[in-house]
Amino acid sequence: MLAYLIRRLFAAAVMLVVIILVVFSIFFLVPKWAGVDIATSFVGKQADPHAVAAVREKLGLSDPIYAQVWHFFKGIFVGRTYSAGGDVTHCAAPCFGYSFRSEQAVWPVLTDRFPVTLGLALGAAVLWLVFGVAAGVLSALKRGSLWDRGAMVVALSGVSLPIYFTGLLASAIFVFGLKWFNGQYVSISDSFSGYFEGMILPWITLAFLYAAMYARITRATMMEILGEDYIRTARAKGLTERVVISKHAMRSTMTPILTMLGMDLGALIGGAILTETTFSIPGLGQAVLTAIKNQDLPIILGVTLITSLAVLLANLAVDVLYAVIDPRVRLS
Amino acid sequence: MSENAEDKAVSIPAQSDGAEASSTDTKASGTATLSKDAAPGETLLKVTGLQKHFPIKKGLLQRQVGAVRAVDGLDFEVRSGETLGVVGESGCGKSTMGRLITRLLEPTAGKIEFEGKDITHLGVSGMRPMRRDVQMIFQDPYSSLNPRHTIGTIVGAPFRLQGVEPEGGVKKEVQRLLSVVGLNPEHYNRYPHEFSGGQRQRIGIARALALKPKLVVADEPVSALDVSIQAQVVNLMDDLQEELGLTYVIIAHDLSVVRHVSDRIAVMYLGKIVELADRDSLYRAPMHPYTKALMSAVPIPDPRRKSAKSERILLKGDVPSPIAPPSGCRFHTRCWKATEICRTTEPVLLELQPGQRVACHHPENFEDQAPQDTVLLTAAKEAAELVADEVLAESAETSAAVAAELAEETAEASAEASAADTPADTAEESARENTPAEASDAGSDSEAGSATGSETESQESTDK
Amino acid sequence: MTELSKTGAAVGEPTDASSAPTSFLEVRDLKVHFPTDDGLVKSVDGLSFKLEKGKTLGIVGESGSGKSVTSLGIMGLHTAGQYGKRKAQISGEIWLNGTELLSADPDHVRRMRGREMAMIFQDPLSALHPYYTIGAQIVEAYRIHHDVDKKTAKRRAVEMLDRVGIPQPDKRVDSYPHEFSGGMRQRAMIAMSLVNNPELLIADEPTTALDVTVQAQILDLIRDLQKEFGSAVIIITHDLGVVAELADDILVMYGGRCVERGPAEKVFYEPRHPYTWGLLGSMPRLDRDQQERLIPVKGSPPSLINIPSGCAFNPRCPYADVPKDNLTRTVRPELTEVADKHWAACHMSQEQRERIWTEEIAPKL
Repeated sequence: MLAYLIRRLFAAAVMLVVIILVVFSIFFLVPKWAGVDIATSFVGKQADPHAVAAVREKLGLSDPIYAQVWHFFKGIFVGRTYSAGGDVTHCAAPCFGYSFRSEQAVWPVLTDRFPVTLGLALGAAVLWLVFGVAAGVLSALKRGSLWDRGAMVVALSGVSLPIYFTGLLASAIFVFGLKWFNGQYVSISDSFSGYFEGMILPWITLAFLYAAMYARITRATMMEILGEDYIRTARAKGLTERVVISKHAMRSTMTPILTMLGMDLGALIGGAILTETTFSIPGLGQAVLTAIKNQDLPIILGVTLITSLAVLLANLAVDVLYAVIDPRVRLS
Repeated sequence: MSENAEDKAVSIPAQSDGAEASSTDTKASGTATLSKDAAPGETLLKVTGLQKHFPIKKGLLQRQVGAVRAVDGLDFEVRSGETLGVVGESGCGKSTMGRLITRLLEPTAGKIEFEGKDITHLGVSGMRPMRRDVQMIFQDPYSSLNPRHTIGTIVGAPFRLQGVEPEGGVKKEVQRLLSVVGLNPEHYNRYPHEFSGGQRQRIGIARALALKPKLVVADEPVSALDVSIQAQVVNLMDDLQEELGLTYVIIAHDLSVVRHVSDRIAVMYLGKIVELADRDSLYRAPMHPYTKALMSAVPIPDPRRKSAKSERILLKGDVPSPIAPPSGCRFHTRCWKATEICRTTEPVLLELQPGQRVACHHPENFEDQAPQDTVLLTAAKEAAELVADEVLAESAETSAAVAAELAEETAEASAEASAADTPADTAEESARENTPAEASDAGSDSEAGSATGSETESQESTDK
Repeated sequence: MTELSKTGAAVGEPTDASSAPTSFLEVRDLKVHFPTDDGLVKSVDGLSFKLEKGKTLGIVGESGSGKSVTSLGIMGLHTAGQYGKRKAQISGEIWLNGTELLSADPDHVRRMRGREMAMIFQDPLSALHPYYTIGAQIVEAYRIHHDVDKKTAKRRAVEMLDRVGIPQPDKRVDSYPHEFSGGMRQRAMIAMSLVNNPELLIADEPTTALDVTVQAQILDLIRDLQKEFGSAVIIITHDLGVVAELADDILVMYGGRCVERGPAEKVFYEPRHPYTWGLLGSMPRLDRDQQERLIPVKGSPPSLINIPSGCAFNPRCPYADVPKDNLTRTVRPELTEVADKHWAACHMSQEQRERIWTEEIAPKL
């Protein structure tokens, strides 16, 4: 078990380094090869040549590529100082780059935005797990019934309707029509209840989309598991159907759901861009959207890295949970 | 698309690179000279020292820590026109062997010669002309046929793959093949799911026969079929062999089926052949204890012999892991005749009687190969406990009984002797195994205690 | 032989009276039908038999003959866990120890499962839950029916594992199914099914997935345990060797019906149904001299949706034209007693069958 864990951790670390290298080369090398001056993209297209030259020197863009990579990695661990002549900017560790467009280090932006997105993703995940899995199990047990068909129609619409549609519809009804909730995002440190009031619609909207997928996969898996021989054995022992379902069948059904959850959570943290935009939530998605509009490369780079990290960590967590659930994984 | 590409490569060898073309040329000429057909009885396939080890990787760096020694040194030959049956329990390597001789797997070591030509390490392109002559029939008629293809396409595939245009066209030939295996030729356009299990196996046979192969390797051809259908397929394969002069290697776990179809039979245990003999000698007088145990384990469909249960030799436990096979004779951990030599020295597959090769130090129905070695191993005593009295009495002339008689007096002496004989690191171990009486005196080991029990039991049985 | 039938008494004549039977297990006119898109699958279509305690009944048939469906029907596993609208249609009577199971309260039948009747399945790897230890699964089986704490139940589990011949049971109790070999798994499965001392044990192809030397061990174990526990055993298999080894009485099924049943010796030595002849002829035998050729049954088993009219075996029967008036294709033959406790369902006359068996079939086997 421990060797398994260490192997997974090691693999994750290697993966992260590879991701950094790839992302780095995309953002720094590709424009170079394409003949685009990266420095201009850091200061804006209409910047005067002196400013561009200053930025180039300050960012070390004329350094050889390996030096640039080295500086970047070093910055993550010990911080980094950008200087060109008398113009000195310090970026404390962990330095994921410095945005010269918005004149701020990338890391604080990430740390500000990350909890917001994490809250959105986790809250929605709880909702979709509870409702999606429950609906899926019920559908599997009552297959072919009105409930099953109804649930699957709702699930299908959940999957196919875009989030800005359901989001705007929900806002229109509950915020502006019925005035049940205040549609504003409030930081959890400012007001606990305000946070929940502001987040409830984004959670539900996001969960609706995912619950639909989870319901479908739960239904399919549960139906398959119920046909397994060991379920028949459980019944042959004289177990009540409730125990057969909730103990024997549920544990097996959880494995594919967990796999999906790991992927989805990771991806969501990387940017629930549509949800955050629709509900004006100041999360990573919104930050990256603004950065794209402003061609703010360091921010995009930072968000990409944090997303990769989130996906990696989520998958690692899933792998560990997997080993806890399925003893066969521990051995291989 | 890939099929087309392969077609071209075969039909226009000049287009492929020089080396490959020349190799296919030599092969083509090779098959041309051999198309005269080996006379019945001549060696068609010869296998020497064949090995296949599947590596096992473990730990942080996934280093290779061992290997599954699925096939671990096989020597046999298949003669033209005969049927060689291969039996053994699951994990004995019989299926791996089948895949090696059809070159679906790359051997780790050893040599495979087909019609005198070394095919051990031929690549995909080198094997292609050979594929006409060697075909395989698989166990599961449900998963070995592509459900999206009509049976016309499936049976005709070998022609397209080999770029062969049969006389009268592919369709006509396929329909002829279908009728040969007892299917309706009009079902040319149907899909596999429209057929029953037995019919699907016939489709598999038709596909294998399409290119008029010389050797057909059938891996459990009937084990997925119902009894009444099994007989149909067995008879069909019999008829085809007679009509087309086929040579079969039939791999199966069912000893009754193997006896019915085979001329010669190889019995495998843990990646090795323990006995290779013609059918009648093998079934009349098996020489290897494992063969004997295997045959006695088959339930006899005769309720009157239900009470004759005592004839049965019950082997204890399971087949050991092929990752770390037992030292010496691999069967010694379950054998009731095993002595010290079985644990230390691997027996060689020797032809003890004309047409009967056995790898055993203390064969049944034959003079003992290691008569000086008389002290039973602990494991053997435990096994003997499970073997019925008659069996023991029968083999009384061999070591089992002798050992029981001598056990008491020689226990100490032999322990000393073996400690002196064997290298220091195994001395302690062998001493423990050799002197159960001593160990149980100390009252430490319950296993040794039970062994002593069995020892006295076997003594009693010989007294009778 | 007469002695066997006197004491055996496991096979009795079909009775229509719906009074409580005297036998330990009695199945009367059992029908199990499954509605599907293609039509009604008549897996079991009117099956009756009796079984006494301490006796073994072997049910023989090919795949799709309804033998496994019968066993699941007795266990009540067609109704438990049936989801969706397409439920199995079951009719007839199953009397176990004086209780009629099909009309009983499903929860009552549930409580009988595992305690009074238990089952061993074909593939022990898929029949054991991969995520729970062997011990946990046996403990669970015990605690459903016994109000004991986990410790006591675990002691019982170790005891059972020991009884079925698993070495170091106190350690192996905490192993997972995938850590066991095939034979060990089947032993564990047997330990689990016997943990509550059931009076009826149904073994559905218990050795089909096992190697022949392990099969011999398991058959031996089942025989010994039956002697020890005195349970009634139903062994379901396609292997006539296994049946001959264990069964006192044999029931041959074809197309969802019983075509022949009787004491084992009778069925093997004086079979009175062409399908039984076919089974005996299809089978290569180690205990006889080498046969030149097997005598297969032509064709394939019938579709259970379109069971042939008349005798279900008529399209494959070489003697279908022996009875007059096309009887085999129009009228379904009933089971008739051909000898004491020996029944067969065939339109041919007793004399015709006796002659065909002794003159045409038996010499070729």
